[in-house]
Amino acid sequence: MTAVAAAPPAPAPEHAPERGGWRRFAITAAFLSPALVFLGAFVLYPIVYTVVRSLFDRTGGRFVGFDNYVTMFTNDTTFTAIRNNVIWVIVAPAACTILGLIFAVLIEKLAWKTAFRLIIFMPMAISMLAAGVIFRGLFQENPNLGAVNAAIVAVQGWFSDDANYPGAGPREGTGIVADRGVISTESAVEPGSVQNFPLTGIRQSNLPEEATDAVEVEAGDGEIAGTVFLDVIRGGGGTNGEIEDGKSGLPGIRVDAVAPDGSIAGFATTGAGGEYTITGLDAGQSYTVALPASNFDEGAQGVSWLSASFINAVVILSYIWIWAGFAMVMIASGLSAMDRSLQEAARMDGASEWKVFTKITVPLLTPVLIVVFVTLIINVLKIFDLVYVIPPGASKPAANVIAVEMWTQSFGGGNNQGLGSALAILLLVLVLPSMIMNVRRFRQEKAR
Amino acid sequence: MTSAEALGIVTRKKTLAERILDGLGSTVVNIVLLIVALFWLVPSVGLFLTSLRSAGDNAESGWWTIFTKPAEITIQNYANLLQNPDITGSIWNTIVISVPTTILVVLIGSLAGYAFAWMQFPGRDWLLIVVIVLLAVPIQVAIIPLAQLFGALGIFGSVLGVILFHTAFGLPFAIFLLRNFFTEVPGELIEAARIDGAGEWRIFFRVMLPLAMPAVASLAIFQFLWTWNDMLVALIFTNSESMPLTVAIQSQLRQFGSNIDVLSAGAFLSMIVPLIVFFAFQRYFVQAMLAGSQK
Repeated sequence: MTAVAAAPPAPAPEHAPERGGWRRFAITAAFLSPALVFLGAFVLYPIVYTVVRSLFDRTGGRFVGFDNYVTMFTNDTTFTAIRNNVIWVIVAPAACTILGLIFAVLIEKLAWKTAFRLIIFMPMAISMLAAGVIFRGLFQENPNLGAVNAAIVAVQGWFSDDANYPGAGPREGTGIVADRGVISTESAVEPGSVQNFPLTGIRQSNLPEEATDAVEVEAGDGEIAGTVFLDVIRGGGGTNGEIEDGKSGLPGIRVDAVAPDGSIAGFATTGAGGEYTITGLDAGQSYTVALPASNFDEGAQGVSWLSASFINAVVILSYIWIWAGFAMVMIASGLSAMDRSLQEAARMDGASEWKVFTKITVPLLTPVLIVVFVTLIINVLKIFDLVYVIPPGASKPAANVIAVEMWTQSFGGGNNQGLGSALAILLLVLVLPSMIMNVRRFRQEKAR
Repeated sequence: MTSAEALGIVTRKKTLAERILDGLGSTVVNIVLLIVALFWLVPSVGLFLTSLRSAGDNAESGWWTIFTKPAEITIQNYANLLQNPDITGSIWNTIVISVPTTILVVLIGSLAGYAFAWMQFPGRDWLLIVVIVLLAVPIQVAIIPLAQLFGALGIFGSVLGVILFHTAFGLPFAIFLLRNFFTEVPGELIEAARIDGAGEWRIFFRVMLPLAMPAVASLAIFQFLWTWNDMLVALIFTNSESMPLTVAIQSQLRQFGSNIDVLSAGAFLSMIVPLIVFFAFQRYFVQAMLAGSQK
């Protein structure tokens, strides 16, 4: 303390006197050296080491020149990773920035602006691991478990009210046969007669709620009528092929009357008791009565989101869920700092809101948009956690990215730290343009 | 032509039709944003509700079933997790990694930030540019060498290695953020302190740091969340004794379906602290991002 106090008074750092030079150096070093040691030993030295290491083989014993870099672009696995990173860079930053811009502009006059911001921004606080677990759960294939497929199946259900009976087949010995999913009469049926369809192979628990006991019907002139029913009594008993108490009708089944030339002459849909009546048929003709295959297919199915075809889309979506909030907050702060007089003037001149937005607001926001975009690109290039967590084993290769491949090659069983180093250097090279931009921006700010 | 007419658009009152259209527009915007907000909420809510159902229930039906069968709600998953020594140990490890890292980054970063802002030394501008370049360095370039270096030092697999790694990669941002803040402090304040005979240490601890509290808070929160949420560094640099919560959870991923009870409750457990920090200090978190986010 006394030593420091003894220093000459009021030395502005620029004019440090000669005598204080050594002490000044010591103090500066004390402030600076911890950071420099950390950055030198744990960041700069490793970069140099990794560059050198990337020129050696998997064990590091043999110099291989640029072989690892050649491998990187020719090997299928690593090339897929690089290609996926390109997709990521094209899609994710743009999507986040555009969404962020839309949100930032729309919430300006919103009464519950703060709540909306919090909701959209919240995913930024949680780990990508947690986000990955969340999205893997959401996009499970089984519509009973994955919320997205559950929603899709529910929506499909609203638009098609036909019931489905997968696995149904005809009761043998009752004159009806199944052929390629279609259940039809063996011989032609004349109008005015009754044709029942006793079916088996449907679980009682799969019957729709509106189904009642099977109802017998009669056919009038020019009509073919009958009942489609489940030829099983719960608990057993009964006569095969007969309509009896305790046998359920099968509602919602389409029944076609097919003319000999193959055309459909008429059709009907079964009611709650499985009864149908096809009207308007030609009395002189005879028809094959058929239950088309659409009655018995599997019905609405979930999409295999986590399969190789969709996995990249799902992972990128989870990224957007996290980072759109970042873009929104950054852009909103740019908006609030903006001088609005230009917009006001343009409105007075009669410019439409859309014109004001595209011709004035967006150009004024460009610096912010660039910062957001560049930040997201740097971030996306290094994406690891989400891709590591979301894809199940089978679709991992399809979702691969550079950072994950770097880990796999170096630590995850690839046993090739030469190739791993080359992949790391590729990442470094890819962020170089943004580094240069950062330095430029800093210099401009300083010059101002 | 009267002057009012000359002003035309300026003084024109909005017609009824226009006002209805405006009102309709804001209603549409409100509805659209409400739907968007719902979509953004569903994933987290879904995870939370999943974590409140038994593994058996989760294997049979989705979390939304809880709305029709509230009897399914159980905290058993959390109870199981908190009785599992691996998990409680990993929670402790997460704290032991995050807290020292945050302190180190703030301390070392603010010292260097002050030096860059108010001390004169040869090569200062060039060093600062190096720091700015390092802002965007991907951690991947350091993983292999540091794994070997830490192995040689005998700290590979320990919490210390992870702390050193995170501190090093947190520093460029810390230095950049705090230097920018320190340069905004009026020079007269420092001049006055120097005239009073205060040395650099005294100026730093008594004048600068108290003034920089908002920036320090932003940085601390940002760094804390970053370290708390990290998985990659810990995945490589820790072992089963020193692993944090994120690594403990990811080890259950192989059987997603049958481990859903551990995964959902574990993931939500890992989110609790970040969410509290986020909601309590949201302002500082946003400021840290605005101050120059290149991480």
